[in-house]
Amino acid sequence: MTIHDRKGIADPALDSQLPSIEAALGSLAEPAPARLAHRTLVAVGLADDYAVIESPLGPLRVAWNGRGVSTVELAEDDHAFELGFFARTGRRAMRQPELPARLGQAIERRLAGDRRARIDLDLRGHSEFERAVWLKALEIPRGEVRPYGWIAAEIGRPKAVRAVGTALGHNPVPLIVPCHRVVRSDGTIGQYSLGGAENKRTILSAEGLDPDELEGLARAGIRYVGSDTTRIFCLPTCRHARRVTERHRVEFRSAAASRAAGYRACKICRPSVADVAA
Amino acid sequence: MEAADATADTALAARLADDLDGSFEELVDAHAGRLFSIALRILGDRPDAEEAAQDALVRAYRALSSYDATRVRELRLRGWLATILVNICRNRTRVKRVSTVELAFDPGAEPTADPMARRDEKASWARRLAQLPPAQRMAVVLRHVDGLSYAEMAAALGKPEGTLKAQVHRGLVALREAYLAEDRREREEMTA
Repeated sequence: MTIHDRKGIADPALDSQLPSIEAALGSLAEPAPARLAHRTLVAVGLADDYAVIESPLGPLRVAWNGRGVSTVELAEDDHAFELGFFARTGRRAMRQPELPARLGQAIERRLAGDRRARIDLDLRGHSEFERAVWLKALEIPRGEVRPYGWIAAEIGRPKAVRAVGTALGHNPVPLIVPCHRVVRSDGTIGQYSLGGAENKRTILSAEGLDPDELEGLARAGIRYVGSDTTRIFCLPTCRHARRVTERHRVEFRSAAASRAAGYRACKICRPSVADVAA
Repeated sequence: MEAADATADTALAARLADDLDGSFEELVDAHAGRLFSIALRILGDRPDAEEAAQDALVRAYRALSSYDATRVRELRLRGWLATILVNICRNRTRVKRVSTVELAFDPGAEPTADPMARRDEKASWARRLAQLPPAQRMAVVLRHVDGLSYAEMAAALGKPEGTLKAQVHRGLVALREAYLAEDRREREEMTA
C-alpha cells in the first residue's frame, strides 16, 4: 500500500521502511476456538451434549441441547450411546463432565417427585399423538399409576389404548416423562422401555409404591377403591384412595358397580374415563 | 478469493433455503472463524469474542428459520452475518462501559518496556489496533482483518461508503503513526 499523511501526500521513502500494515492486519484473523462450532450447534438444537447421572436403575445418560432434554437412556458406555443417538436423531452427542447446574437440579427435583421443576423437552421428530401421550403422563404424580386406557381417554382418543402403549414405549426421555407410572388397564405392571418390566417395578418401588400389592389387587379383579364416608371412588393408587382407612375402604370391580352403589368418581384421578376406555 | 467466497456463499444460501437444519453446520464451518476474528479485534477479549460469535450464529439460525426460502436464497451471507455480529459487539461495548479493550491493552504499559513484546509482531498490531477509536477500529477490522468490501461494510454498519473509506484511511494513518512512534522510542533507548 501507499501511505499518505494527514494531508494526503504520499511518502514513498517512509513506505519502503514500513511493513505492510494491510498484511499485518490480515494476519490478525484467527481460527475459531474448536468448541465454538459444537456449542453453536448445541444452542440451536443441531447437536447435543450429554452427561451421566445416577438413578435407582444405575447410571443414566442424559442428552440435551438448546431446545431441551432430548434423551434419557441406559447405555453400556459412551460409544454405544453416541452411536445409538446418532442413528436415532442424526445428531452428534458430546460427553460433558456434568449437566448444566440448573438442569441437573431440575432433574433431581423432578425425579424426587416435584412436578413443578421446569424441564424443557426437545421432542422434535415425534408425532402430535406421541407428544400428547407423554405430556399427559407428566401429570401422574410420583407414587401413583394410571392405566393406558386412562391416558387414551384423557387425550380424547379413548380407543387408542394400544397406540398409547406403543407411544410410551417410544418415550425418549423416560423418568423425566414418567411412562413407568402407566400400567396395563387390568392393573398389572406391564412393559417398560428402560430396560424391561423389572426396572419398572424397581422405579415404582423407589417411588413408594408396592408393585406386588398392586398386582394382587389386579388379580383379585379390584379396579377401584372407595370410601364409605365420602362415597367417592378412585383408582387404587390415587392419593385420596390411599388415605382411606381400612375400616371405611370399599373395593369395586367396575365403575358401573361403584355408581350402582351410589358412589361418584374422584375428580383428581378421574377413574371413570379409564373405565370407559377399558 | 473474495469472488470465490461470494460464489460459495450463494450456493450455501441456496442450500440453507432448501434444508436449513441439514446445511447450517456448513455455515458455521465457513463463517465461525471470521466472526470470531472480527469480534476478537473489536472486543479485545477471547471469551467475549467467542460468546459474541456464537450469539451471532445462533441469531442467524433463528432468523433463517423465520425467513421464507426466497429471502434466504437472496441473502449475501458474509455481509449479513457481519451485520448481526457488529450489532452484538456494539451492544456489548455499550453495556461494558469500561471496555475490556482499554484494560487488556493498557496504553500506559509502554511497548518498549518489554523488548520481547516487540518481537511478537502480531500481538503488537493487535495492541495498536485496540487503541484506535471504536468507529475507526470497527471499520479497519471489517475492511482489513475480515476483507469485506466497502459496499458490504456500508450495509453492515449503516454508514455511507465515503465515511467508511475515510475512517479506514484515518485508522491506517494512526496505526502507522503508532508504529513509527514505537520505533523511534526503541531507537532512542538503544542509543541512550
